[in-house]
Amino acid sequence: MKRREFLKISGLLGAGTAGAGLLGGCSTLFPGPDAYPAPGSGKLSQTPTFCDMCFWKCAGFVHQENGKPWKITGNDTDLHSEGRLCTRGTGGLGSFEDRDRLRRPLLRVTGSDGRQRFKEVSWDEALDFVAGKLKKIAADYGPDRTALLNHGYGARHFSHLMRAYGCGSSAEPAFAQCRGPRDIGFVLTYGEDLGSPERTDMENSRCIVLIGSHIGENLHNGQVQTLSAGLAKGASLITVDPRFSVPASKSKYWLPIKPGTDIALLLAWMHVLINEGLYDKEYVDRHTTGFGQLSAHVQRYSPEWVFLETGLEPELIRASAREMAKCAPATLVHPGRHTAWWGDDTQRSRAIAILNALLGSWGRKGGLYIQEGVALPKYPLPDYPEPKSDWQVAHAGRYPFADQGVTTALVEASIGSQAHYKGWLVYGTNLPTTLPGIAPQLRAAIDSLELVVVVDTMPAEITGYADVVLPECTYLERYDDLRNSAERHGSLALRMPAFEPLYETKPGWWIAKQLGERLGLQKYFPWKDYSEVLDWQLKQVGSSLEEMQKLGVKNFPRRGPKYFVEGQPVQFATPSGKIELYSQQLAERGFDPMPVYHRPERPPAGYYHLNYGRMPSHTFGKTTNNPLLFQLAPENTLWVNPLVAAEHALLNGTYVRLRNPEGTLSDPIRLRVTERVGPDSVFMAHGFGHRSRRLRLTYGLGADDSALMSNVKTDPLMGGSGMRTSFVTFVKEEA
Amino acid sequence: MSHYAMVIDTRLCIGCGDCVIACKTENKVPEGLNRDWVVEATSGTYPHLSTEFRSERCNHCSHATCVYQCPTGASHHWRDSNIVLVDPRKCTGCKACIAACPYDARLVMHPDGYIDKCTFCVHRVEQGLDPACVSTCPTHCMHFGLLDDPSSRVAQLLRTRNYKALAEETGNQPNVFYLT
Repeated sequence: MKRREFLKISGLLGAGTAGAGLLGGCSTLFPGPDAYPAPGSGKLSQTPTFCDMCFWKCAGFVHQENGKPWKITGNDTDLHSEGRLCTRGTGGLGSFEDRDRLRRPLLRVTGSDGRQRFKEVSWDEALDFVAGKLKKIAADYGPDRTALLNHGYGARHFSHLMRAYGCGSSAEPAFAQCRGPRDIGFVLTYGEDLGSPERTDMENSRCIVLIGSHIGENLHNGQVQTLSAGLAKGASLITVDPRFSVPASKSKYWLPIKPGTDIALLLAWMHVLINEGLYDKEYVDRHTTGFGQLSAHVQRYSPEWVFLETGLEPELIRASAREMAKCAPATLVHPGRHTAWWGDDTQRSRAIAILNALLGSWGRKGGLYIQEGVALPKYPLPDYPEPKSDWQVAHAGRYPFADQGVTTALVEASIGSQAHYKGWLVYGTNLPTTLPGIAPQLRAAIDSLELVVVVDTMPAEITGYADVVLPECTYLERYDDLRNSAERHGSLALRMPAFEPLYETKPGWWIAKQLGERLGLQKYFPWKDYSEVLDWQLKQVGSSLEEMQKLGVKNFPRRGPKYFVEGQPVQFATPSGKIELYSQQLAERGFDPMPVYHRPERPPAGYYHLNYGRMPSHTFGKTTNNPLLFQLAPENTLWVNPLVAAEHALLNGTYVRLRNPEGTLSDPIRLRVTERVGPDSVFMAHGFGHRSRRLRLTYGLGADDSALMSNVKTDPLMGGSGMRTSFVTFVKEEA
Repeated sequence: MSHYAMVIDTRLCIGCGDCVIACKTENKVPEGLNRDWVVEATSGTYPHLSTEFRSERCNHCSHATCVYQCPTGASHHWRDSNIVLVDPRKCTGCKACIAACPYDARLVMHPDGYIDKCTFCVHRVEQGLDPACVSTCPTHCMHFGLLDDPSSRVAQLLRTRNYKALAEETGNQPNVFYLT
């Protein structure tokens, strides 16, 4: 028997108690003794928060009426939300009210029948168990032989715990499976990454270029709002996407590119800008290095040559390049966010970075501005012990430009009895649906590990593999660290509990502190309540917890300029101190010093590129069980071009399965026959096809794209996963 | 008479559904029902395409067939305005209004036994606030106000932009306008 059977946490949990009840109060609309009260006519109260439905962290207020949850709205003074939350943020109460939430700590036990199951245990029993195992791993191997796999803001408490314990390894899919290639591509070029929220100045742009980025379907609030503001002021939009995405439908130029040929297009655009003399010569002379080499390098990428690769008419390539140049430097070639696509993504991001440099848009109004955060002192604590090893062990000399752990590499380094890692703490990341096509490796790692602890709010698939499941309360029931994101100017935001934690759930800071104390790490957790830390920090910058509990957000004036000051020298944090169009660092490591186009593999006959993306109503699988958002989008659909549908006799609205060349079969997914996708690919939103039965709303609805991923290429620069290299064909459901 | 209108810029609308969720939470709309919805209309053949997103709801018609067809007086115009409301105490659930509505904007059936619909968030309008959907829209594509007031944003937009309304041929005089 496997050491860990996948447990479904079934038949354990009682009926829910949450949910809004009927309200008293009087109505101004229909007065009378049996009045139907108007919303908001009762006793009202509000508490500030910042959202955890995605990582954008918009500040808002949680409203209650007569002591019952009512709604969440944006905080008008907040830069991230501008007073408006997105679909998911507005639906945040659903995460609190979700009947399927984890409720009590769970411990894996083996019954007298030899079968494994979860047993509800007290917090003391669960925490003692975890601390005992961590002590044993520390004694047998050393504390550095553990890893933290995490996502989300609440992970900070567990990062603190694990570093105090002596663990040096952590990884989040947000790096190698998402924005890592982009950030490293920009670091190699400008010496800095883009931050979050990104430093894009779209509200001031005159031309915005999206490379496969589907802002609008991807609902990062500030991105949507600033893109919309730019468009409202007349900015022209250029969208590169094989699919007629939402921004494609708003575009002056839509470039329906063949999948995987973006680098060819980017090089052709450089070719046009350089050969037609349209680039920003003064900016390039002053701030960049390697222009001569770049100019020679792009000569072979003429629009005519690139047409054969991308399927884009040469005149369309030229016209769009001229549009960019016309509006420069207020032209933003958007760096995107999820960029782990083809395995050469850092180089594609370099190409985007270089294109912005040719247009002179980095550091310029309407391009990429200079971010500012708040100099917020850290709460005084002892230094962490120096870990004996860190995540670099897992990389084994690969991925020289990775600046943090690569999740898939940490998984590999956890497989087998001789594996480096012996224990995992998993916080807020559902690895089985997050990592592409590596179910067997993940399974093997989990079977090898001596301890798997999962902290989560929901019974996501990963909880089924845990020894111990620690149920965290939702963001609406807890304090977390202050939000201090570098942005258009500095600002702080407070997340505080609007409600008492439901069931026996606990805040992350409490769980981390309890574990820390059991591990003898009291000195790292000197507070009784985490609000003491926040109050201390706020008082260092002239505010207080009391003030922030009213305001929610405090804004700080800028200390420096938002854009480059004309005539003043700029020092970039690259080895040359300049923007590196040609990268000596890459050349020295044996990589292409300038981006080179490599033709992607094309699908075999009868197969199609599997393209995936987002839908605005969900943050992947994190929200698909949210009872409010579920009503908006209960399942994903498979977008198929009518020509393809006709060829395979597929009917709109019926269900089909997909199979990849390795034979992996998806769950059934409903067909959406639409012209909005081309005849060489199919498209689905990510986050569906849940296999955890305890996610009662979303279980069994839609298909999971990540399970279908095969042929995944790894970026040799930083370990990113190429997730768009997969092919699928149709398997029709039996009638 | 107060002439309220909603003006929605289809060139900015992304069809995200935030308006739907904001309405549901603001108005405590029961599970499975919604008072507004998003329509996507795509035309053309790949790659020559256009797509329009529209957030739709009750049009609060100046000539409201639902009001005229209601046998009990439950459907009515609110306080000398074009805002159409249903008084739950007078509604028998006969569905005459549903048959009369060209926009299919009425919900069958609130669990308390009446026909529910968009109110233009009249409880917010009374306080000088925009409807919940308008106030949350992340693209700022939705606008609300009095058409009687020439300086209002809605009046300005209808003066300066091309627009359409839905099913105007019915003569219902709808008051949700779409900028194109």
